[in-house]
Amino acid sequence: MEKFDVIVVGAGPSGNAAAYTLAKGGLKVLQLERGESPGTKNVQGAILYADALERIIPDFRDSAPLERHVAEQRMWLLDENQSCTGATYRDARFSQEPYNRYTILRARFDRWFSEKVKAAGALVICETTVKELLRGDQGEVIGVRTERAEGDILADCVILADGANALLGERARLRPKVRADDMALAVKEVLFLPKETIEARFNIAGTQGVVIEIAGNITHGMVGTGFLYTNKDSVSVGIGCMLSDMKKQSLTPYQLLEGLKQHPSVKPLIEGAEMKEYSAHLIPEGGYKALPQLYGDGWMVVGDSAGFVNAVHREGSNLAMTSGRFAAETLIELQQAGKPFTSGNLAAYKARLDGSFVMADLKKYEEVPALLHDNPHILGTYPRVLGDAARAILTVDGQPKRDKQKQVLAELKGKRSLLGLLGDAYKFWRAFR
Amino acid sequence: MNAPVEFIPPRINVEEKLFQDRYRVDVGRPHIQVRDPQACKHCAKPCAVCCPAGCWSVTEQGGIDLVVDGCLECGTCRLVCDHDNVDWNYPRGGFGILFKFG
Ligand SMILES: Cc1cc2nc3c(=O)[nH]c(=O)nc-3n(C[C@H](O)[C@H](O)[C@H](O)COP(=O)(O)OP(=O)(O)OC[C@H]3O[C@@H](n4cnc5c(N)ncnc54)[C@H](O)[C@@H]3O)c2cc1C
Ligand code: SF4
Ligand code: SF4
Repeated sequence: MEKFDVIVVGAGPSGNAAAYTLAKGGLKVLQLERGESPGTKNVQGAILYADALERIIPDFRDSAPLERHVAEQRMWLLDENQSCTGATYRDARFSQEPYNRYTILRARFDRWFSEKVKAAGALVICETTVKELLRGDQGEVIGVRTERAEGDILADCVILADGANALLGERARLRPKVRADDMALAVKEVLFLPKETIEARFNIAGTQGVVIEIAGNITHGMVGTGFLYTNKDSVSVGIGCMLSDMKKQSLTPYQLLEGLKQHPSVKPLIEGAEMKEYSAHLIPEGGYKALPQLYGDGWMVVGDSAGFVNAVHREGSNLAMTSGRFAAETLIELQQAGKPFTSGNLAAYKARLDGSFVMADLKKYEEVPALLHDNPHILGTYPRVLGDAARAILTVDGQPKRDKQKQVLAELKGKRSLLGLLGDAYKFWRAFR
Repeated sequence: MNAPVEFIPPRINVEEKLFQDRYRVDVGRPHIQVRDPQACKHCAKPCAVCCPAGCWSVTEQGGIDLVVDGCLECGTCRLVCDHDNVDWNYPRGGFGILFKFG
């Protein structure tokens, strides 16, 4: 039976970063992907953060399929009274090369990344679902079982880059089952429009793009957010909510998405577009407290499979690529030192994560999932009050502004006691400081 | 100030959405199965609400009907089932949803 130094399961950003780095480092790598080609199973908003990829492929801008660079970010609070309160951040420096953030379409991006992995020397086999991990006498991971005939393959280390469902780790009892409490389900549509129409509607030119993060009553009290990103000749629109909330109510994911698309602030932006794909995917949003064991004898877990997502900043692919690179660098270093891939030695992977933005950011927001989970009114009440306040102040109707302010305050206090308000403010400050 | 506008859930035909998607269906080999259909009878059926592809529907007899052809392979049904009643696997390699854009 053929044996590899490392088997990487999955060809998303985390698996590709790992396989690429390992192959460049001279290890014998096999990467297995269940999709017909890499990317055909994967969904993202999607914003790509240049920094994480640059550390792996410095000249990625020359060949990667990038849609637009992010020239402007908007943050919107939509309420059920059909108002939108928001902030816009446009910075001319965002449009100076090298750009920092790009919109991408994952099916195209993953395929590109995979070509780089192959060119670096890894063996990439698609259309192959890994069924389970193979174990040695001491319980160490020694390879994988695929669904193919004679499909057992051995390796000194298996990197689990299999994404949010994390089935392989669960079935091998390396981790508990992922929980509905720690998962968001996002649905998304790619809506095509002529390039000129997008540029006119979003006030952009050339490769400039706009990304809009959306919160408020579009989630009907559930913890969740929406997004609208511009691509070259399409717009990606999506919405995601925590599964623990979604299972307790009666609106389907596609009804939520339709509600977002029909909101008067969104509708004119996508008017007349042709929908060419509808997709859905889970996002692990449990944060630091939901992280599983990250390594053991003969295995490591990277990316979404480990739960490396910073939900507050909607970052995932960059944590995926960084953790994949760290796992690979750990193995390269051990191999060069002639050390086996035991749990004790693989602890160096965790040390790398601990010393980086991956763990620092996850730790920083460790209270946020619980905060939002325990205070669902935060997402419903405040957008509505903000919207009502702005409407009252901005409507010119002969009423003195003083009266209006009083009215706004009374409204707010009616929804939330002063103590509750202070409590929310304090909790927010603690969770985000 | 002003009363909240009532939200009327839009009627959406999810099949029309799925019609835009590409699949390679593994005929006769559903990758998701209900373990014990009896258990579904006494369940609030969150799978039917949460599935983004409308694969799960409540039957007239109060049971559940599952057709996986339009499945987007998200994994939601497995996680929202409190009775551990969803036997969930990825389709065989190369089969199932084929995202063009993702
Ligand atoms: C709607 C949405 C919007 C998002 N927006 C952003 C964003 O704007 N910016 C950002 O940085 N992140 C975003 N994220 C998060 C980001 O998509 C993920 O963090 C990232 O894709 C994780 O990469 P990964 O390689 O770990 O997992 P994945 O990309 O899920 O890749 C896992 C791979 O493993 C394969 N696989 C799984 N099981 C097996 C098996 N048993 N055998 C063989 N192959 C297998 C899958 O087919 C897949 O190719 C978003 C996510 C969603 C769902
Ligand atoms: S949630 Fe589980 S038990 Fe309930 S109807 Fe769905 S599959 Fe059956
Ligand atoms: S995996 Fe997702 S799309 Fe498929 S049946 Fe389950 S909930 Fe529906």
